[in-house]
Amino acid sequence: MSDLYEVAIIGSGPAGMSAAGQAAKRGLSHVLLEKTDHLSDTIYKYQKGKHVMATPSNLQLRAGGYEEGAGGGMEFDEGKREFILDTWDRQVAEMGVNVEYNAEVVEVSGEKGDFTLKTKAGATFRAKTIILGIGTQGNPNKLRCPGADHPMITSQLDDPADFHDTHITVVGTGDAGIENALGLSEEALGNTVTILNRGTDFAKAKQRNADLLQAAHDDGKLQIRFKTSPAEVRDGEMVLETETGQETIPCNTIIARIGSQPPRKFIEAMGVEFTSEDRSAFPILSPVFESTKPGIFVIGALAGYPLIKHCMNQGYDVVEYLATGESPKPADEPLLEEVFAGLPGNKPVDHWLEVYQKNVDIFKGLSTLQMRELMLDSTCTAFAPGEVIFRRNEQGSSLFAIAQGSVAVEVDPNDPSITVPIGQGSIFGEVGLISGRRRGSTIRAAEETVVVELSRKAALKLIGSSPEANETVKRISIERQILQMFGSGLTPDDIAPLVASAQTEEVRAGQVVIQEGDDDKDLFILRFGSMLVEKAIGDRQIFLSYLPAGTFFGEMAVIDGSKRTATVKASVKSEVIRLPGDGFLELLDKKPQLRERALEVMADRRRTTDFIESQKDSVDNALELYTETAKFLSEQGIGEATDALLIDEKLCIGCDNCERACADAHEGLSRLDREAGKSFAHLHVPTSCRHCEHPHCMADCPPNAIQRGPDGEVSINAETCIGCGNCKSNCPYGVIRMDPVPPKKPSLLSWLFFGSGPGPGEASYSWRKSHGDPDLAKKAIKCDMCAGIDGGPACVRACPTGAAIRVAPDKFLTFAKITEDVED
Amino acid sequence: MASVAGNRFKQDERRRNADHVSFLKHRRFRWLWIALMLCIVTGLGYAMIDQEPRPNGGSWYGYTLGTIGLLLIVWLSLLGVRKRKITTGQWSLKAWTSAHVYLGLALIVVGTLHTGFQIGWNVHTLAYFLMLLVIISGIYGVIAYATLPSTLSSNRKEMTRAEMLDALTALDRQLESAAQPLGREQTDLVIAALEQDVFYGGAWGRLTGTYPGCKTNRALARISESGSEAEERVHALLVKRADQLGQIRRHLRIRALLEVWLFIHIPATIALLAALLAHVVSVFYYW
Repeated sequence: MSDLYEVAIIGSGPAGMSAAGQAAKRGLSHVLLEKTDHLSDTIYKYQKGKHVMATPSNLQLRAGGYEEGAGGGMEFDEGKREFILDTWDRQVAEMGVNVEYNAEVVEVSGEKGDFTLKTKAGATFRAKTIILGIGTQGNPNKLRCPGADHPMITSQLDDPADFHDTHITVVGTGDAGIENALGLSEEALGNTVTILNRGTDFAKAKQRNADLLQAAHDDGKLQIRFKTSPAEVRDGEMVLETETGQETIPCNTIIARIGSQPPRKFIEAMGVEFTSEDRSAFPILSPVFESTKPGIFVIGALAGYPLIKHCMNQGYDVVEYLATGESPKPADEPLLEEVFAGLPGNKPVDHWLEVYQKNVDIFKGLSTLQMRELMLDSTCTAFAPGEVIFRRNEQGSSLFAIAQGSVAVEVDPNDPSITVPIGQGSIFGEVGLISGRRRGSTIRAAEETVVVELSRKAALKLIGSSPEANETVKRISIERQILQMFGSGLTPDDIAPLVASAQTEEVRAGQVVIQEGDDDKDLFILRFGSMLVEKAIGDRQIFLSYLPAGTFFGEMAVIDGSKRTATVKASVKSEVIRLPGDGFLELLDKKPQLRERALEVMADRRRTTDFIESQKDSVDNALELYTETAKFLSEQGIGEATDALLIDEKLCIGCDNCERACADAHEGLSRLDREAGKSFAHLHVPTSCRHCEHPHCMADCPPNAIQRGPDGEVSINAETCIGCGNCKSNCPYGVIRMDPVPPKKPSLLSWLFFGSGPGPGEASYSWRKSHGDPDLAKKAIKCDMCAGIDGGPACVRACPTGAAIRVAPDKFLTFAKITEDVED
Repeated sequence: MASVAGNRFKQDERRRNADHVSFLKHRRFRWLWIALMLCIVTGLGYAMIDQEPRPNGGSWYGYTLGTIGLLLIVWLSLLGVRKRKITTGQWSLKAWTSAHVYLGLALIVVGTLHTGFQIGWNVHTLAYFLMLLVIISGIYGVIAYATLPSTLSSNRKEMTRAEMLDALTALDRQLESAAQPLGREQTDLVIAALEQDVFYGGAWGRLTGTYPGCKTNRALARISESGSEAEERVHALLVKRADQLGQIRRHLRIRALLEVWLFIHIPATIALLAALLAHVVSVFYYW
């Protein structure tokens, strides 16, 4: 039997390594188990020379000599990947950390005080406590065929240029596989690249990647083999299972990009519980990072902290707790002090944490650790009576909760004196959170009020991890959405039965919600996303209109009992609230003013339909053009846009002044590619940000650097961006680029008169490279709609002919706009 | 987030609601009307004001017209700066272009009236004719801007310039391997086609779209489409190459037609400014 260690640390990433370093310093008997043959695999696998950022910059790094007596610990500061790895390797050796490499733990048994850990290689370790710092990446899936452990198989491609003049097979046609295959098939490298696809389509990949791959295949740069899977891997060759039997191809490297196994099952098998079934859920943890299984601590990305500094601090904190029985004052204490600094009474952090947790309904199910983290991402503000919290039509996707006091909602835009109260403990702003659209009403503090504003990301995390919060937000949002939509005069009591019977449904892009001619009788409210309304006229499906989030539809069939008069389908992934028609009719009977309002909307929609129908005999096929153009724009993602750049190619002279203006308005890099992108009927959608209602780029930004600004712009904070590129790969429209800030150019006049510098617009890559600072890190950049620039978007202002326009879909996807002729 | 009322919402909404119109129709032809008014007013003035001894640039009315003309010319020439200097503020280059076109046309009237129809072999007349040259080249520019963009877009077929060249490179690679089995003479034809610069043909070829020395067409004419299997394949690839070259050349041609006038318009403007300076200085010197 092996020794019984005080602590076994699984995973040598920043979290685990920092824990091990601290354990070594404290003289705690420990073992650090790492599954690969080097430390910190995730950072090891970063691209060579990648600049690693140290955010949040205001968070202190504990281990770096911060605490008395145990000072001089693990260091970390921003710098190149190699520099950071070297520092850690050196420090781990100097501190005498007991590392076991190639020790992948596959099984954990036992209880606190005596756990047994088995590794894949068959070794066993015993420890009183376990610290889990294995991250969220999991283990890459292996090929399911003989030879799956062959050394020429890798699941990672650092730099395509490492391979040249060789035979490479890529397995898997997800985005990662396709991007690798395209990189390797660059002509200069001289590789023979084959990519295997088990099926016949590229369902897992972005359309753009699939198109590029197909084009590369057509150009003979690489070969796609459909309905083919690996049968065996041998030295220098690979046997393929094809439709017509087995085939052997020469092969020196295999890149397997077939996904990975998330570590959740392995962790649950130890007895650790997660907050919910949700895929994004994290383990339930105590304030000292102990999981529901006593003696097992979870830190780092697996605990929900993707940033290196957090991870290292947690490793330190947990070991300090184990060594002394007391946890150090949390590292985030000074940050929380800042968060609460604006609140009255000069109270300590703990006071406010308690007030928020006790008073706010949606925080009730949270642990102290979750509370702290949530508050870190939030803004706490006190408002005086009458002070505006947000205004109607302001952009905002955050959620507010009232800890003390109450607010008044101005429900009537024309008469601010008509208000509806929202009391202590409740929330507001949830419509903006869910729909991604502008605020529906102005909200003021009704008395001395203390609120917390949760960023969209923090709010979604809360909803994902607390079922109670999820229920509450859902119920309130349905209720308010109905109230807001049907105007004043209704009270929550009036609609209570309707709310109780409401169901939310997710709708895929393209899915039909209402089919013309059917006689179902439900009413729908569009929570988020957008819908396209179509009608069969003659033998064609004609586009009628575009419905933005926050509108209702299906009312005609409910009110006049007719069959469905048009088809409604989702233009992007959406969510609708289904209200039973009977319940709605009952409500109409009780509330005559509501009936009037519904009839008004109905009459308005009838008029649109009649007008469009009247166009069917027009000579120049305007209806067809309208339908096809609307369909094209919807396919190009305009349906989820809030403000998108379009170019009328009947006017565009190709001068690229828009690109130059963009570059000159933004430190010298253009955020749009005019020429790229699709066109239809001389309407061109360039590669440029659409400022989506629910931005894909925001979904996974570790430092939370992407935000929606006050004018609706989605922009990236260059200060906090760590250059990870997640946003770039998440954007379905390819509008984000990664580049360092270019050097400053000489002024326009000195270019005009003396020819110095590269002139207006984006400088060439070579000029930027030769004049720039080579150590600057690449960061993500994209259109910010010229936020903060008086005059608005430079691309539009700088267009000499009026070809460049920026539009919102609800304004542009109308018959008048699409068919207007600019020239005559 | 404490709320601020001063965001850009109203301005952005106005932009998103705005009609989508060309520089010629900008604000319901605002600058056309202003230019017409200018012409009418100066024309009426010319007809009604009794200039002694005869209409001349040196009369008070002549000086007035000259000053208006001079200011207009200087302002019109600043479009080049406006276009390149992306400053903040509520300006739009489309509005500037619109004003540039119509006020520039109005200069024909203002300038001509300023001459009092006195033409001679001197620096004054030089300035006048340079002005006409600038305006005439500009008229061509307006016509080109109004008519060519849609052909540019149809020809592009969603390909960028780089993609067009990439497509050609891909075809070339296929051609190179397909031509291996051909005989010496035919191989030479293919090699000549591949080696010819894509941009061969010079300015004239580019503007007219005629490329009599095109080696791809030459190879196409001499490699039969009904010969051996290899010949057929090479022929088919050459057809594709000729098509791809055709697209690139049409693109170049339209771009050239959109830009060629600037090679007259801009230098002539600079010459005009110099001539104007001489004109003004000499007038005042000999006053």
